[in-house]
Amino acid sequence: MKFDTPAGQNPIDRLKVVGKPTDRIDGKYKTTGTAPYAYERHDAAPDAAYGYVLGAGISKGRVRRIDTAAARRAPGVLAVVTTLEHPRLERGMMNAAYLFGGDEIQHYHQAIAVVVAETFEQARAAAFLVKVAYAPVAGKFDLAAEAKGAKPVPGDSGEGSGGNGEERVGDFEGAFAKAPVQFDETYSTADESHAMMEPHATVAAWDGDRVTLWTSNQMIAWGHESLAKILGVPKEKVRLDAPYVGGGFGGKLFVRADAVLAALGARAAKRPVKVALTRPLVMNNTTHRPATIQRVRIGATKDGTITAIAHESTSGNLPDGDPETAVNQTKLLYAGANRLTAMKLAHLDLPEGNAMRAPGEAPGLMVLEVAMDEMAEKLGMDPVEFRIRNDTQVDPSDPKKPFSHRDLVGCLKLGAEKFGWAKRNPKPGQVRDGQWLVGIGMAAAFRNNMVMKSGARVRLGRDGVVTVETDMTDIGTGSYTIIAQTAAEMTGVTLDRVVVCLGDSNYPVSSGSGGQFGGNSSTAGVYAACVKLREAVAQKLGFNATDAMFEDGQVRAGNRAVPLAQAAAEGELVAEDTIEFGDVSKEQQQSTFGAHFVEVGVDVDTAEVRVRRMLAVCAAGRILNPKSARSQVIGGMVMGTGAALMEELAVDTRRGFFVNHDLAGYEVPVHADIPHQEVIFLDEVDPMSSPMKAKGVGELGICGVGAAVANAVYNATGIRVRDYPLTLDKLLDRMPEAA
Amino acid sequence: MVGVSAAAALAVAPSVAGAKPAGTDTPVTAKVSLTVNGQRRELELDLRTSLLDAAREHLHLTGSKKGCDHGQCGACTMIVDGRRINACLTLAVMHQGSEITTIEGLGQPENLHPMQAAFIKHDGYQCGYCTPGQICSGVAVLDEIKAGIPSHVTADLNAPMQVTEAEIRERMSGNICRCGAYSNIVEAMTEVAGRKA
Repeated sequence: MKFDTPAGQNPIDRLKVVGKPTDRIDGKYKTTGTAPYAYERHDAAPDAAYGYVLGAGISKGRVRRIDTAAARRAPGVLAVVTTLEHPRLERGMMNAAYLFGGDEIQHYHQAIAVVVAETFEQARAAAFLVKVAYAPVAGKFDLAAEAKGAKPVPGDSGEGSGGNGEERVGDFEGAFAKAPVQFDETYSTADESHAMMEPHATVAAWDGDRVTLWTSNQMIAWGHESLAKILGVPKEKVRLDAPYVGGGFGGKLFVRADAVLAALGARAAKRPVKVALTRPLVMNNTTHRPATIQRVRIGATKDGTITAIAHESTSGNLPDGDPETAVNQTKLLYAGANRLTAMKLAHLDLPEGNAMRAPGEAPGLMVLEVAMDEMAEKLGMDPVEFRIRNDTQVDPSDPKKPFSHRDLVGCLKLGAEKFGWAKRNPKPGQVRDGQWLVGIGMAAAFRNNMVMKSGARVRLGRDGVVTVETDMTDIGTGSYTIIAQTAAEMTGVTLDRVVVCLGDSNYPVSSGSGGQFGGNSSTAGVYAACVKLREAVAQKLGFNATDAMFEDGQVRAGNRAVPLAQAAAEGELVAEDTIEFGDVSKEQQQSTFGAHFVEVGVDVDTAEVRVRRMLAVCAAGRILNPKSARSQVIGGMVMGTGAALMEELAVDTRRGFFVNHDLAGYEVPVHADIPHQEVIFLDEVDPMSSPMKAKGVGELGICGVGAAVANAVYNATGIRVRDYPLTLDKLLDRMPEAA
Repeated sequence: MVGVSAAAALAVAPSVAGAKPAGTDTPVTAKVSLTVNGQRRELELDLRTSLLDAAREHLHLTGSKKGCDHGQCGACTMIVDGRRINACLTLAVMHQGSEITTIEGLGQPENLHPMQAAFIKHDGYQCGYCTPGQICSGVAVLDEIKAGIPSHVTADLNAPMQVTEAEIRERMSGNICRCGAYSNIVEAMTEVAGRKA
């Protein structure tokens, strides 16, 4: 199905199943420990041996020699595969660093060997018997030092949000120089780790020249193509299966060493092999969100109208890596006739920087929305009012291009009302509650709505059960449930009559999960397949497909009603289709919007920051399932709070690696850090997005929330920190005198 | 950031009777007998095998998850002799005779434990990988409060212990949920606590 005109009335609009806050259909498996994740496929590979991955102990240089003699003699060892035995393997899609093969080390903990043994304990013990000799060379590890020589580069996040090295509208420098009120500050954000709870893991099994990988990956089709290329096997002989993915956040968009080494280990051991990256390898072997240095300049008239806005960002990466696209939202979020955005990239020899939840916007809004708060104060304006004053209903660089639907102002106003913004004291450091200085902050949320081609197959069984098959993944997003809701709505059956099968490369290629495009795109693909199924059913039962109503397990037209199952009485009916998005998706700017409001307490003696209240108001098209969509938003708010207050991969700029490579050293928010969270969705539909009229919501929650936290800390204390995360050491010596 | 798991492993003398002698070629193994989810299980295990791997790799009870293998994430939480512990931080052979409850023992898909049902109702999970640990911890936390075991945030040690949101958040802080379902988990636990009361 080609989506080339705005969606009209369709069966989804009935909202009998779609739009309801339905419990997840996979919930009973996840809560009982019976949902099978990649490393747990005893059912699929009962005789799997264990692979243990060895990471490089240097950051840059060459491997001179690997002595595996002792490891090979160790009890239970079946095979040892080293990087020196393989030519450098091709990279998969979007890999900047090489995953395995050859003697060159590009970053710390790059995989250099896998030891395969009968048991996990034997593989681990033998891996420590492998002796490696290196020829290290000096590398570049300090972003601040390398930023001076960074060059402007174009880049995108791999999820559709991209830009040129420098983009200009009007005359920024001229307008900024003339602006009566000027703001110019520089900020920095830290390297961050996805730290998903399930480490990257794969079980690989060869059958002759065919290989199956039970793995943990967000994008099955990309992984499928990449692994065929890396392993040098025709695509039709590679199968991936990932029915459950224990979190990804971008860290599992692309194939990683676990899959490659499970396959190579299994080939060498002539046995199925399972490999899970150890937690330290997740931090340094895989990818991370790169640190940034960002400068924001805003020029405005005295009444708060922005006349000039510039956002420049510098990040670092390996030679073939991309910049962090932290300036993208600044092209679209606020009005202003004169604009400049620029991205520069420094060469660093740290592990690969790549997409992490809302790449670009997450660190970009962390900075832009603090800058907006600072500028509002400079103007003597309320921060909510300042944002409303500079709203735009068109793309500021192309005023002929309207937003398909934009209600940022509605989010800001409703949020302010619900949160009690009017009671906030705009003068910082004034509100005291016992031991705590209390402050309130807000920020706008913004993330583009991307759409991706997505396919599905739908089967109507003799028993009337509707089965959906698509290689779409559920990484915690609720895909199982919203896909079931879509199929139930389209075929007129109850949810318990729908079976959803995901994550298998034998199924039709879907959008996959990333860039908050998965929910809308994959359900639109299921919609398309269901339209075809309805046609087949109508034909079988002698109805006109356009007149037939699919309701209550029946197909009806006029006064004739036939049970749906009867269409499959002589045999299963199967329909398959793919939604493809045409030019209509580019005619208008599709984005999602929100407003975050946060209250914090800062301990007057220790400067410890505690978040006390959080509210997000979101405008993201039709909400397919308010329960799972809300969870996506609160999850983003948690991760954004982490970025604001604690998350930082500490760089050893001498040895070149992330030092705090575990979940004790790399601090993420825990229960005690997060208060009750409120989310409100504006009631809206966007017919430009897809037949579902929905938009992405999986990343909107993380966008801007960190800035709201930082702005609240400022309101509480009067201390403006521009170097994130905002840890207490950055506040302590500037705290107001404790009375 | 704040707080650590209240769980602590009880050290039980390992039963190495019958252990094979340490040689250069064979791993040292020992027989261990555990009661897992009400069933007596006899295993011969490498002494290095964690309780978590004994469950996941030997008993094929994969509901308990390995998130870090360092005792830092809580995904492996089991209830052992009535107390929750990080099963990755304890060796299986230290648990001769232990009564162990894993997520599989709390309830099954068609016969859910009230805590499992509450997690579904309140969407107290997303990817599901930390969920079994959260639920095992959640069940044990309510028992700890009922038993009057204080936590860091307990204000009055002499007053009857209350199931407050602050107590839940403090006691559950050894169980990381990177998807960020915390707000919903607190609601699920509060509901279960209310039902019990």
